[in-house]
Amino acid sequence: MPAKGWIEVDDLHCKGCALCISACPQDVIALDMERLTPKGYHPAHLIAEGCTGCALCAIICPDAAITVYREVPVHTKKAPASA
Amino acid sequence: MVAPTTPETKVVFKRPESFTDVTTHYCPGCTHGVAHRLVAEVIDEMGLREKTIGVAPVGCSVFAYKYFNMDFVEAAHGRAPAMATGIKRVLPQKTIFTYQGDGDLASIGMAEIMHAAARGENISVIFINNAIFGMTGGQMAPTTLPGMKTTSSPFGRDVELTGFPIRMSEMLATMDGAGYIVRRSLHDAKHIRQSKKAIRMAIETQERGLGFSMVELLSSCPTNWKVAPDEALKFIAESMIPVFPLGDYKVRPELAGLRV
Ligand SMILES: Cc1ncc(C[n+]2csc(CCOP(=O)(O)OP(=O)(O)O)c2C)c(N)n1
Ligand code: SF4
Ligand code: SF4
Ligand code: SF4
Ligand SMILES: [Mg+2]
Repeated sequence: MPAKGWIEVDDLHCKGCALCISACPQDVIALDMERLTPKGYHPAHLIAEGCTGCALCAIICPDAAITVYREVPVHTKKAPASA
Repeated sequence: MVAPTTPETKVVFKRPESFTDVTTHYCPGCTHGVAHRLVAEVIDEMGLREKTIGVAPVGCSVFAYKYFNMDFVEAAHGRAPAMATGIKRVLPQKTIFTYQGDGDLASIGMAEIMHAAARGENISVIFINNAIFGMTGGQMAPTTLPGMKTTSSPFGRDVELTGFPIRMSEMLATMDGAGYIVRRSLHDAKHIRQSKKAIRMAIETQERGLGFSMVELLSSCPTNWKVAPDEALKFIAESMIPVFPLGDYKVRPELAGLRV
């Protein structure tokens, strides 16, 4: 199963350049046409499940607007044989 | 023992500590912002923020000092290598880098950069080649491609009239004082990663006292190239790289084994 991730886009810095959209291998980013940032840009946002937390969007982002999170599986420790 | 059921959340990417929270004035999609971030990430990773002094140029990156959370000075147009020379010689323990555009470095500042390299000044230069004078409205630069339209070459750069593009990395690599001279590109994630490694190598060169270092970065100017940000990245890959080949032009043997 691919790792589960998500991104947060900072409205203060995002300029709606859309470079993160073409960089995302999962096609899960789009510009939010319903909203404007304080500077008047349509910000990028996640539109679907499937983000793997690969951070390619954040690497291409010229405004360091993206924070990327990933869920790391916590390995289950074996229960002791007898209680 | 019962294992926790919720997986842990890890931050895998965030704004570097060496950035302020100020929003840049760069146009949407301009890769000046990527270059800034890479420098900040390298300074963070090397733990050098408290001892680094940046030298800002004249050009679109004239306000670079507002975006980096570290000491910075502002040089006159093209004179950043001269200013950096002075600072480094007086404060040799500090880490000094200049950040310069192609108009700044290869046009008005040609003398300063050549002589700083010839003297083997122990400074690092981040050179942003976007083939144009961005700040002043898109005039032809010494790096403008043959046939490329700019506001001062509206029919395309005519090499018969205005000469050929200057390849700074190749030229500076001939200097004995140069320790590390490479050209990279900012047009996709893979090349951005390679650019970051090169910036790291340049600062490592300085920290080891191995002389002048420069990373030339092919960078976009969607506004003055008059294309969308993603088209501008394609222009770098398809039109700029053939004229400005990526590569290592000078690497002092002392650096050869270094892996960053
Ligand atoms: C002494 C002097 N001459 C000319 C100028 C006008 N000027 C400002 S920026 C610039 C060129 C900037 O181009 P570049 O260095 O390539 O930076 P970019 O904006 O493309 O990042 C020029 C010619 C000036 N500010 N000072
Ligand atoms: S790359 Fe960055 S600035 Fe551009 S749209 Fe995406 S988040 Fe916004
Ligand atoms: S982290 Fe990767 S998968 Fe998730 S939005 Fe960014 S580019 Fe797409
Ligand atoms: S004019 Fe060009 S180089 Fe300057 S900020 Fe805009 S896109 Fe970047
Ligand atoms: Mg320029």
